[in-house]
Amino acid sequence: MEYKDYYKIMGLQRNASKEEIKRAYRKLARKYHPDISKEPAAEANFKEVSEAYEVLRDPKKRATYDRLDPNLKSWQQADRDSSFEFSKGEFDDLHGGAFSDFFEAFFGHKDQHSDFNRSAQFNTRGSDHHAKVSINLEDAFFGATRSINLQTQEADSRGSIRAVNRTLNIKIPKGIKDGQQIRLSGQGSNGMGQGKKGDLYLEVHFNPHPLYRLEQQDLHMQLPVTPWEAALGATVKLPTPAGVVDLKISPGSNSGSKMRLKGRGIPSNPAGDIYVILSVVTPPATSESARKLYQEMEKIMAFNPRAKMGV
Amino acid sequence: MIKQTVLSGLIVEKGTIFTLEELSHACGKPAEWILNLVEEGVIEPVKNDQQHWQFSGYCLRRVLIVQRLESDLGVNLAGAALALELLEEVETLRNKIALLEY
Repeated sequence: MEYKDYYKIMGLQRNASKEEIKRAYRKLARKYHPDISKEPAAEANFKEVSEAYEVLRDPKKRATYDRLDPNLKSWQQADRDSSFEFSKGEFDDLHGGAFSDFFEAFFGHKDQHSDFNRSAQFNTRGSDHHAKVSINLEDAFFGATRSINLQTQEADSRGSIRAVNRTLNIKIPKGIKDGQQIRLSGQGSNGMGQGKKGDLYLEVHFNPHPLYRLEQQDLHMQLPVTPWEAALGATVKLPTPAGVVDLKISPGSNSGSKMRLKGRGIPSNPAGDIYVILSVVTPPATSESARKLYQEMEKIMAFNPRAKMGV
Repeated sequence: MIKQTVLSGLIVEKGTIFTLEELSHACGKPAEWILNLVEEGVIEPVKNDQQHWQFSGYCLRRVLIVQRLESDLGVNLAGAALALELLEEVETLRNKIALLEY
């Protein structure tokens, strides 16, 4: 178990006042909130800050925390940056994830504003859960199976709450788009009495792709072509997530010329398109013969690309 | 022992219909809270005969974001609604930049 320096996480002195703690939390929460920040570490940072605040805002917990010796040998002498600490207990829950081992050891389970106790004698539906999953663009073309880890707090038959880890294998349906949710009926919390189980909502995010940029179901991509392919027209190979296709380039094309391949984007309903933007790449003039060719072009083709600039 | 069951779910899309009860259950908030969002103009029901509110699947994401902003950042509904609009604009701009920088 690693010692967590909650003051350092919040950027505070150990003697910080209640007001300072609240101010620091609000500031950091806005900065790292996963809905606001697109930084990859935002979610981990947000959880860390929430955990720190959970302890420091409560005078009792803070007093307990302050009594712990940060230099104790048994903290396994772990002096790493905070982002590293998060990589181990990684869960996919959105806001439902547990706090660190350190927190649990001293302060018990995180209070999840659960509705377990409320109206326990009635038949209430179990609460819905939310989690995130990252997929590759190709998964949206062919469908895939992803396994995700969830930690939830479940009430057993006697109503006592414990943390449950579970791994679910989930089918990623073909045609899914970035940011969409998959609803899994009955995969949320257990209901009370005769109440049905809640649902699990899985928010799907696409990993960045080296070739394609996404816009809903459409893909945008740049395709390098030679000057002669652009000028004379050609049929060139184009990689798409569903395989290589032949793309016809019209004569007189140029850098920035845009083409649309209908129905080759994400196969949702309706299917997306692929937008190809040409980018003319000149071959290097490294050999004598290449240089000669360029010089000849200069002689034969009187061409001023800056004519519109008046120079 | 590893259970290798593969679960299939449904994609929440524009055409997916949520009742008021389902939407409020999904974000763990009472129905009145959802109705406040309607009043604030954050979401719009597809069918609105007061007895049977129905919402498009698009609303789910917005409702969840507003709920998280409210509970995590202590902003009120109007503030969360404003933040949501701005976030969506930022998202659009980010996408545009990503395409331009490509």
